[in-house]
Order: sequence, then structure tokens, then C-alpha cells
Amino acid sequence: MSTTTKREPQTEAVAGPVQRRGDVVFAGLAKGAGVLIMVALAGVGLFLLIEGAPAITASGDQAYGNDNIVLFVWPLLFGTLLASVIALLLAVPLALGVALVISHYAPRRIAKSLGYVIDLLAAIPSVVYGLWGAFVLAPAILPSYQWLAGHLGWLPFFEGPATTGRTILTASIVLAIMILPIVTAISREVFAQTPRMHEEAALALGATRWEMVRMTVFPYSRSGVISGIMLGLGRALGETMAVAMVLSVGIGVVTVNLISPQNPSTIAANIALNFGNASGTKINVLVFSGLVLFVISFAVNFFGRWIAARGQVKG
Amino acid sequence: MSSTITPPGPRADRDSMPLTNPQLPALAPWLAGVIAFGLAALTGLLLGWGWVGTAVLGWLLLLVVLPVWSLLVEGERRAKDRFVTTLVWSAFGLAMIPLVALIYQVVSKGAAVLSAEFLTYSMRGILGEGGGIYHALIGTFIVTTCATIMSVPIGVMAAIYLVEYGKGKKLARWITFLVDVMTGIPSIVAGLFAFALFTLIFGPAIRFGFGGAVALSVLMIPIVVRATEEMLKLVPDELREASYALGVPKWRTIVKVVLPTALGGIVTGVTLAIARVAGETAPLLIIAGTTTSTNFNPFEGRMMTLPVFIYSSVTTGGKYAAENEARAWGAALVLVAIVMILNLVARVIGRVFAPKTGR
Amino acid sequence: MAKSIDVSDLDIYYGDFLAVQGVNMTIKARSVTAFIGPSGCGKSTVLRSLNRMHEVIPGARVEGKVVVDGQSLYGAGVDPVAVRRQIGMVFQRPNPFPTMSIYDNVLAGNKLNAKRMKKSEADSIVERSLKGANLWNEVKDRLNKPGMSLSGGQQQRLCIARAIAVEPQVLLMDEPCSALDPISTAAIEDLIHELKSDYTIVIVTHNMQQAARVSDDTGFFNLKATGEPGHLVEFNPTSKMFTQPDEESTEAYISGRFG
Repeated sequence: MSTTTKREPQTEAVAGPVQRRGDVVFAGLAKGAGVLIMVALAGVGLFLLIEGAPAITASGDQAYGNDNIVLFVWPLLFGTLLASVIALLLAVPLALGVALVISHYAPRRIAKSLGYVIDLLAAIPSVVYGLWGAFVLAPAILPSYQWLAGHLGWLPFFEGPATTGRTILTASIVLAIMILPIVTAISREVFAQTPRMHEEAALALGATRWEMVRMTVFPYSRSGVISGIMLGLGRALGETMAVAMVLSVGIGVVTVNLISPQNPSTIAANIALNFGNASGTKINVLVFSGLVLFVISFAVNFFGRWIAARGQVKG
Repeated sequence: MSSTITPPGPRADRDSMPLTNPQLPALAPWLAGVIAFGLAALTGLLLGWGWVGTAVLGWLLLLVVLPVWSLLVEGERRAKDRFVTTLVWSAFGLAMIPLVALIYQVVSKGAAVLSAEFLTYSMRGILGEGGGIYHALIGTFIVTTCATIMSVPIGVMAAIYLVEYGKGKKLARWITFLVDVMTGIPSIVAGLFAFALFTLIFGPAIRFGFGGAVALSVLMIPIVVRATEEMLKLVPDELREASYALGVPKWRTIVKVVLPTALGGIVTGVTLAIARVAGETAPLLIIAGTTTSTNFNPFEGRMMTLPVFIYSSVTTGGKYAAENEARAWGAALVLVAIVMILNLVARVIGRVFAPKTGR
Repeated sequence: MAKSIDVSDLDIYYGDFLAVQGVNMTIKARSVTAFIGPSGCGKSTVLRSLNRMHEVIPGARVEGKVVVDGQSLYGAGVDPVAVRRQIGMVFQRPNPFPTMSIYDNVLAGNKLNAKRMKKSEADSIVERSLKGANLWNEVKDRLNKPGMSLSGGQQQRLCIARAIAVEPQVLLMDEPCSALDPISTAAIEDLIHELKSDYTIVIVTHNMQQAARVSDDTGFFNLKATGEPGHLVEFNPTSKMFTQPDEESTEAYISGRFG
């Protein structure tokens, strides 16, 4: 008999047809906790739907001066996606570099403590990143924006005018710094799991270190890295405080100009900034935008896990 | 079969056996670095650039100098290897700059504010100087404790169901899937959920600490389930069987044998989960609100927490912006310290209990 | 032509720990040399030091001399990448690259060096190497299938094909049959016998019968005592080693009194 089924007969011998009361109660409690989690998640979706539904008909002042809810949500959605995608573009190459340093380039002893440091950095609360971004990074980076606007102003991204450091690019940089430890931690783990025998096979054929990495580490860890990136994207999409604290917001702006004072806001930051003063249907409107965010980050996370699961089956 | 095959014919050049390959000296990368950044510094000084421009130029020069030197001496493959190695290490260096800067700023700016008064006074009746984060510390403690009290039993029991009872069942697969989904819920959505829930129960504009605890639980439960599940899976089946063989009922086996064996890992996971939610801001901003005075009752009235304190300090602005910012840095240092200590504690617990899990 | 290897006063360390001490031997060209001995006595470590693969293990270093074809492996200016290109290695467990086809696996080493290979040239290398590894007839119709789709014994022969595709001077084999069934083992042993007309082969084995069957010379490694470094007890022609060994401990090991 295989090990997986070995326990079954004994379980029945104990629990038997005559169920002990302790077993029944305990199993019921455990099952109840599991069901409660399902109910809670269903509740998240349900309550957001209930509270968000009145927003469908909202217009004018109720929808923050927009004709309908779509016009309200779209610029925020644009800002959310823009900030997250830029953050990914900045963070992923760096994260892969850091992960490679820890898994394959640095001497073993240093690599181990670097791994700890990265894990600790992943634990720093986002509000601290926001504080740093708003009061340290934004002023420090303004000269660079002025240079960009002056020299590369013909690109739509750097049109300017560069009068403040609190732009969507700064917010993206802060997001990038935040998700860097997350993507690094996952990538480093899958890089390090590359079977040693494959690496040795490549080295024994006379591969340089980079050729070894390209031949064995990258193909092996591709799906794991992609799912790590998706988790980082999910975090960036849902991140509230860092963006809310850093960004100087324009109202309903849709632009690819990354360094002007008029920036598209993100869904999460917009909720945080306006919730305190909202009342009546405005609250429903904000909850509705939260529902949109929930659906998007759900999709991203689902996709990430799907890739990871598919990679595992492939071996 | 083998006799008909001609073995691989020796190549014409197999007589020679080149083992040596011209190599750059071991110090070559440093030398190239000195040359590249020296050139950059010179150019930067002549043209009056700032240090950022100079550093960027130096880096670009290094990316060219070292591989080209290697290409001339060692050949193409080595040059490529050197190029990538330079890229990888510079990615590492670049990533470390903001992270180190962040820690440095938080510590240096925060330490200037810390004092006994800062930790033991609330902000009640304070406009400019003085005051402290006592009310926020208490709030964070109460809200996080409530969240932990709710999350740990639910999370641990759900994990027990998944590992001990639900193996292969459809319900268990659904729960696993939903827990995965829950780990990805944006924290502000959890806040909105708690708000929507309690609005339906108590009417509009409700703000209280326990609501924050509920929101944090939504974020915390999946982490606890995950950690506990991993640990329970590590408990060897032999232990369970040994207990069954003694005639111990299943539930007592779980309580007396399985859980104690996995305890260290579970405590580690719970501690990490606490560290994670203690720093959450967005849901508390929505449902727990802000206040300047100390509130010990999670079921009534607004309750300040450390992360929200930081946020509201720097977003109120106005006449006392400088004092508010200084207090925000102090609170940030305290918050980071709490989170780090929780992480270190989790690691120590994990290490102390590690042998018990049989690894 | 295939080269001989001279090892003199070789010490191998892991960090501060001396793992193998004072190895002296001459491995003859175009012959099969077997290393035998109990586990942990350092025979695999010595094998790895012959193409500098021990450097992959953090903290491992070597003192002493390994001379191949008049050149010291550890001399100044010697490039480990070039060394491994000349001295190929086959590992204990078959390790074809999982993401590559059979065809690409064979060419993996060649592709590192040649920028662009003509299709016909690549085809001929693949055919020649797979024939050399006695695998051609079994896989010629499915060269584009993944290397992992083969059986364990076939995978190991694929790894041998991959190693000889770059035409090295020496082939090192680290217990190449320990993960295989008897029939696959026999196929590999036949192959080793054929390969020795072109290559210098060094094989580490746990199996004394295998050493007796395939090798011309045998080196017996042992620990002086637990915790002490391993050393080479005896190095002799296989026929002498298995009939009249010089050392008593060799005799004891071969006749199965310990190990």
C-alpha cells in the first residue's frame, strides 16, 4: 500500500462508524474555519458590490464632477497601470541582478547575510517608503527631472514642466524600490534551486559563468521568476500609501508625461486621499473603484499562480 | 552493433592541447573601474557636471572599458562574461543605494526626535512642538492584538482542515485557491470591506478600532494559513501513525502530537504575519480613522495607529508642518524598529525550534 | 593524441579541512584508470581536481601539481574554462539539460565555442558523437525530443555523447553507472572499452567488479582513520591489484573485509 493511503484504514479504525464526540467537534471546527475563510472572501466581493452598486448611476458632483462612473474610474485606472508598469520596468532588471548576485555571484558567506537583509527590507512598511519618497527622494531627484525636461523634452514622457519632484515617475521609483525586495526574494529562491548537476554539466563542458547561467539557471527558473514578477505587480497595483504620499495629483489627468506637476492618480491612492471627506454617494463611487482594483489584482495574482503551477508540472 | 561504428575521428589539431588562455590580471575589474571613474571625474570637473552625471558617465565607461580590454586579450566569450558580471554587480549596487539611503534617513532623522516624552505622551491638545506617539502605539498594539486573536485560531484551524481532514477533497482545493487569492488582496480593499460591512450593520460613517482589526484579519489569515499548512505538512506521518497505534483519537493526536511538533514553525509564521500587518496603513486609515488622544476601547471611537499617525502627520500640512514631519520620522523609526524586531524574533524562534520539525 | 596525466604531491582542502593528502600517480594515455575506495575517502575529489571542477565547491583548493601533456593544470595563465574544454566529465547521475532536445544537448558544448555552425557540420557532429556513445540507433528518429524523455541509461550515454562532441583529450567519469540498472551498466562499460582507443579515461567506481572489468590501472584510496585525510594507498595495474596487491589494506578492501 502506498504511503498516501496508509493512514486511511487506521483513521477509520479510530473514528469508526461510532464517531467520538471529540473528533466530530474538532473536525467540525476545522472545517468551519475553512468555510469561514470562503465566506469572508465571498463577503469581500459581496459587500464591495453592495456598497459599490449605487455608484453605477452616479454622475456630476457625486462622481467627482464626471458624467458617469467610467469617466471617473478610467483616469485612475490609467494612473494605476502606468505607475505599476514603470515600477516593474525599473525593478525587474535590478531585482534579477541582485538575485543573481546572491545566488551565484557573491561569495557564499556574504550571500547568506545579503539574503537576510533583502528579506528584512521586504518587511519595511509601505508608509515608511512613502515618507522617504515624499521628503527625501522627491526633492533630491528634481534636478534630474529638470535636466530631462531640458535635454529630452521632445520625448512625450519628459515634456515637463519639471517644477516638482512629486511626479508619477517618483511614485513609480518608490514603488520599484518597494517591490524590488519581493521580486528579488522569489527570484533568488528559484535561481538557487537550479539543480547543481545541471550547472556542473555546463561548467564541465567549458562554459563561462554567464554561459552557465544562460544555459541552466534561466531556463530552469523562468516560470518561477515570472510568477514572482506577477506578485510584485500585484503589490504595486494595490499599493496605497507610498503613492498617496508622494504624488502631486491632477484631477482626471490621462497623460504619459512622467515629470509634470499634473499627474494621474492611482485607484488606491485616490481612495485614501478622498475617503476621509467623502459622504453619501461619493463613498459608493470610491468603493466601486476599489472593486475595480480588487478585480484587477485578483486577475494578476491568479495569472501569476497559474504560471507558477504550470511551471511546476513541467518539471 | 558497436563494431560497425567508427569512433569519433581525432581532429587534426588534437595533438595540441591549449590549456592556457591569455587572461586579464585578477585586479583588472578594479583597474578598469579606477580608469573609467577617473576619466569620468576628469570630464565631470572640466565640464562642471554634478556628481550624478559623473557617476553615470563613469559607469558607462566601465561597461565599455572592461569588456573591450577583455575582448582584446581574452576573446569574445570572456568579454561577454565580464560584461554581464559588471552589469549584474552594478544592478546590485544601484539597488542598494536607495535601500541603504532609506534606512540611513529613517534612523538619523528619527533618532533626533526620540525621547521619553515622545513615547509616553499623546498628541492631545498639541499643535506645534512636543507631544508624542503614545496614543498611536497603544492603538497599534490593540488593533494588532485583536487581529491576531481573530486570525490565529481561524488560520490554524483552517490549515488543520486542509492538511489533516481535507486532503484531496473539493472543498479543500477551493479553500487553498481562495487563500491564494486572499494573499493578493490590496490592503485598501480589505479596509473598504470592513467599512462596507460595518456600515451595513451600524450605519454610515462608522470608525472604530475593532473594524481595523477585522480588516487586518483579512490580510493576516491567509499568511497564517500558509505558514501553518507548510509546517503541518513537514510533520512526518510516522508520528501520527504511532499515536493512532496507541489508540489515541484523531483530534487528540492533532492537538497533542502534530501541533506541538509544528509549533515552532507556526509561531514563526504568526510572528511574521504580525510584523506584516503592524505596518499596514490604508485599511486603518479608512476604518479606524485618526485621533489625537489615547483610546483604549477598540469597540468605540476612533483609534490612532502608528502607520496612520505617520501618514496624517505629513498630509495635514499648514503652520506646523516642520514639527509634524519631525514626529513622522520619529514614528517611522519606531515602526521600523518594531517590525524588524518582530522579524528577528521570528527568525530566532524558527531556528530554536527547527530540529523538532525533523529537518 | 590522448594525453597522460602526472599527479604529484597533491593535497586538497575544503576550507581549513585537509580532505586528501599526498597523492602521486601517473595516469597513462589511452587507457582506463579506475579509482576505488570506501565512501568519503576523496576519490571523487581527486577526480574533480583533474579538470578543476572542484573549484565549483566553495572553499575547495588544491596544493601540489597536476601535469597534463607537459602543462601544469594549476600553473599561471591556465584558464579553467579551457581546461574543462580539454578534459571532459561525466557525472554520477545523468544530467542532460532539461530544456534542450537530444540534438541540442549533444551540441551544447560545441555551440559555446563556435559562433555559427553549418547545419551539415552540426548534423555530422551529432551523428558522430551519438554513434561514439552507442546511442545513435536508438535515438536517430527522435533527435528533437527532449533529452529527459530517454531512459536513465540512455540519458547517461547522451551525457557521454555531449562530453565527446567537443573532442576532449581526457574523459573523467564520476561513478557513471551508480544510478543505472545492470543492462545499462553493461552498455556503458562496453562503451568505455571502445572509447579508450581515443581517450584517456579516468573512472571513479564503488563497484570493484566494474573496476576489474573495465580498467587497465587501479588506484585504491582510503582514510588513514576517521577524521583523517584520505590518501592514495596503492596504484598498480589492475591485474596485479586484484591478484597480488602490494598493501595489506588493499587486499582487505578487495576481498571485502571492510568498506
